[in-house]
Formats: sequence, structure tokens, C-alpha cells
Amino acid sequence: MSDILSTVQFDSEGFMTNAKAWTPEIGKAIAAREGMELTDRHWVVINYARSEFDSKGQPPTLRAITKNTDVGTKEIYALFPGGPAKMAAKVAGLGKPTGCI
Amino acid sequence: MKTLLILGAGTAGTMFANKIIRKLDRHEWKIILVDKDETHYYQPGYLFLPFEINKPEEIIRPKRKFVPAGVEFVLSDIEQIEPGANKVTLTKDNRVIQYDYLIIATGTDIRPEQVEGMLGGGWQQNIFDFYTFDGANKLTNFLKTWKGGRMVVNVAEVPVKCPVAPLEFVFLADWYFTRRGMRDKVEIIYSTPLPGAFTKPVATTLLGNILEEKGIHVEAEFNIGEVNSSNNVIRSWDDREIPYDLLVAIPTNMGDPVIERSGMGDELNYIATNKHTLQSEQWENIWVLGDAANLPTSKAGAVVHYQMDAAIENLLAHMGGRELKASFDGHANCFIESGFNKGLLLDFNYDVEPLPGLFPLPVVGPFKLLGESMFNHWGKLAFGWMYWHIMLKGIDVPFLPNDFSMTGKNAPKLVNLNQTL
Repeated sequence: MSDILSTVQFDSEGFMTNAKAWTPEIGKAIAAREGMELTDRHWVVINYARSEFDSKGQPPTLRAITKNTDVGTKEIYALFPGGPAKMAAKVAGLGKPTGCI
Repeated sequence: MKTLLILGAGTAGTMFANKIIRKLDRHEWKIILVDKDETHYYQPGYLFLPFEINKPEEIIRPKRKFVPAGVEFVLSDIEQIEPGANKVTLTKDNRVIQYDYLIIATGTDIRPEQVEGMLGGGWQQNIFDFYTFDGANKLTNFLKTWKGGRMVVNVAEVPVKCPVAPLEFVFLADWYFTRRGMRDKVEIIYSTPLPGAFTKPVATTLLGNILEEKGIHVEAEFNIGEVNSSNNVIRSWDDREIPYDLLVAIPTNMGDPVIERSGMGDELNYIATNKHTLQSEQWENIWVLGDAANLPTSKAGAVVHYQMDAAIENLLAHMGGRELKASFDGHANCFIESGFNKGLLLDFNYDVEPLPGLFPLPVVGPFKLLGESMFNHWGKLAFGWMYWHIMLKGIDVPFLPNDFSMTGKNAPKLVNLNQTL
């Protein structure tokens, strides 16, 4: 697991610095490092986040995830402890969510 | 005769009408502007009302005053947009307007009902918004007699209109309560769904200590799930609780319901829009201006100002069968009130946003504290005056270069107001 991550660049908080370098295997390894085992339900969120990022250039909001997938708000908090917006972005290889400043 | 229909006479729609009327042949084009509200609100003033920096009458004007001669102004709600049939139905008299080109500038608004319990017993009792004229006025009255306690300013979810306004609110509140000699009786808490009050590296470095210095506590990554009015507590989805005596709510912001009714928007009713040309991604004879678009930039009047010329140039090019060449780069300025008659000006564009870890900071240099007279001049007179007399009328603002085509992608720099003026 750690081997695959040794070639990946992260920022100081463990977010990938190049979203394009992400692969599902890297996603699994990041999740393992964060103490998570990914289920099909995690992948619904991760795949949606990736496709949104690919088409819009930014990660989806929580509202977009819960509206456009069948994962509800309560469930997504259970799937990604420590804050779903942040943790889902981390596992999906996307940057930390930011505001305008 | 062809028809150009503009939906929304707020900052974007009004400015657009004033600019486009000078560009189109009046014998060839009929221009119609539709809005449901007779009153134009100077929205930056909402932030100032609660702290009695602006009076209510100073921030409103009749919309008709800004409608140029030759444009038909219709006061009506919009029932339905049918982009496939180039048709809009108004609620007033069920009037149907067939258009050749459509401009959508229907804006964004707060939706407090999107947060469970927010409209419960505490709404406008000890829960207020300041994103509406009514909400800001009611909050003003509440604050006049408030004896102090715990004030929680909560951003429900992003994006919100004028994303720094909630921060400015806590800065100004700190100043207001100090001035009234009751700062020691007020606890100020800023709660945000984002990882911090500032999230971009340079802003965090430059401004990160501001809140601590002002004694403002930040609750980060707080995604509000529920307001409990009976116990005066807000609860997050991950079951954290923040008790309040006064809740200043920045509820979910969403685009106009007509966008949802017409099936034209995303989950927040914003319309997919090309971020450079401002043309709708889906319909080639529709342009989307201002807050109604899903652009990855701030929802603010300053952005509207900068995008206007690119929108018009591209629209005219499309009408003439030419290539869309003008490109909006997301340029925005943002004047931030930091309290005690101080402020700073941010200048940024698209390039500082998308790629995480890469974007340089929107902030531009060490920020300059403004003297009181400058603040008064700018905040009370210059900006408001400029808005009513210059911007809305579609006149180019003298000291803000309209040429935002942005020679290159310069790393944004911090501009101080003295230089700008």
C-alpha cells in the first residue's frame, strides 16, 4: 500500500497536489492511510466527485453529491468521518475545499 | 422586428440594458426587461444597515429610474422559460414573449427553509439574516436594544453571495459593540462549513490572525443540519452543537425558482455557463449574467461589472454570425470592511482558483489601513454614489479599467485603495 503512495505528491495535509495523477488504486491507498476501508457506497461518492471534477474543474458540494447520487447526508457523514467534503476530496485525489479567500 | 428579452433588473440586468441599448439598431430590435420587484436595492448596503452605517432609505431606488428610454420594462414574475421554444411566459396576464435572444440575470437569493428548523419559532425573533432588505432592517432593530450574549454568525453552505460579507459582518460587529461600550458582553462566533475563515494560503498567512486578535472564535467545518429554536442551539450533521443567543444566519443561497421550474439549473438552480464567453452551455441564444450563472467566481456586483463587456461583445458577435472572441477571466475586486474604519481590497481572477495546492493567493500585497476620512468617503459616498450614478447606468467607471482581458495571467497583487483612487 505504502509503495503506491511513495510516488504521489501530497501537500502538508495529505491532499494530492496533482488531481490528474489519481487512480482508483491510489484512492484505496489514501483511504487505508486514513483508516478507511472503501465500500461500494464510498465509491458512489468518489466516482461522482471525480466525474464532476473532470467536467467542471472543481469538486462537487455536499448538496450536489446528496442530490445527484443516492447517498443521503446522514450516510455520507457515516461513510467519511472527519467531514465528508474534506475526506471525500482527499480520497478522490482532489484538493482541499476552499472558499474565495 | 427581433426581440431581446432580459430577465432580471438587478445589478446585471440593469447594467446590461443600459449598455446594449447603445449597441443595437432600435428599428431592428425590441428590448424587454422583466423584474418582479419595483425597487432596486443597493445590496452592499445590507451589510451596513445593522451597524447603522447606512440608513434604509439610502440603499433603495425605484428600478424604473434606471431603465433606459427605448426599453420596455415589465413588472411581473416569470412563470416559465422554455428555451427549446424560445419562449418565456410571465405571470402577469399570462403574457407570452417569443424571443430571439435571452439574457438571464435572475440572481440568487437566500433559502432559509433549506435548513431544518431555521424558519421555526426563532426566525426574526433571535434569528436574522442580513441578505435581504427586510432581514437586515429587522436585525438593525434587534441590535439597537440587545443587551449582549453569544452571537453566532453561521454560513450554512457555500457558495454564498458576496462570500466575504459574513466575515465582514463579524469584523463590523466587533467594532460596533466596542463603540457601544458592550464588547465585553458579546461573544462572537463565526461558524463556516469550510476548513477555516480563510482557506487560501496567502490569505491565511496574511489575515489568519485577524479573527484571533479581534477575539472572534471560529468553528470550522461546521455543516449545519438543524436549528433548534426552542433550545437556541444549532447542530451540525456530525452532531456538534453551538448554542446561541443571537443567530445571524447566512442560509443556503439558490438561484431563482423559475430556473428550477424550467429545468435549466444545477442542484442550486444555477445555469451552466461558459466561464469565458458567458454564453449558456446548452442554448446558443442565451447569455447568463451575474449570480444566476454557475461560474467558479464570486457572486458579486464587482464580477458583473467586469464580465459585462465580454458578454456584450460576444452577444453582438453571435448576432452577426461571428466567432466569440471576448473572454472573461473571472476578474473581481472585493473591498473588505475590517472594522474600526479600516479595510482592504482584494483583486483576483479565475487563475487563482481551481487547482488545489497551486493557486497563488487572491490577496494582493500587504494591505493598507485606510484613514477614517477615506473610509467614510469610499464606504458612504464614493462607492454608493458610483453604483447608482455610473455602474447601473452602464457608464464605464473612471478608475477601474474595463479592459479586464488581463494582459497575461499576472499573479494577483494586493492593491491599496489610495493607489487605486
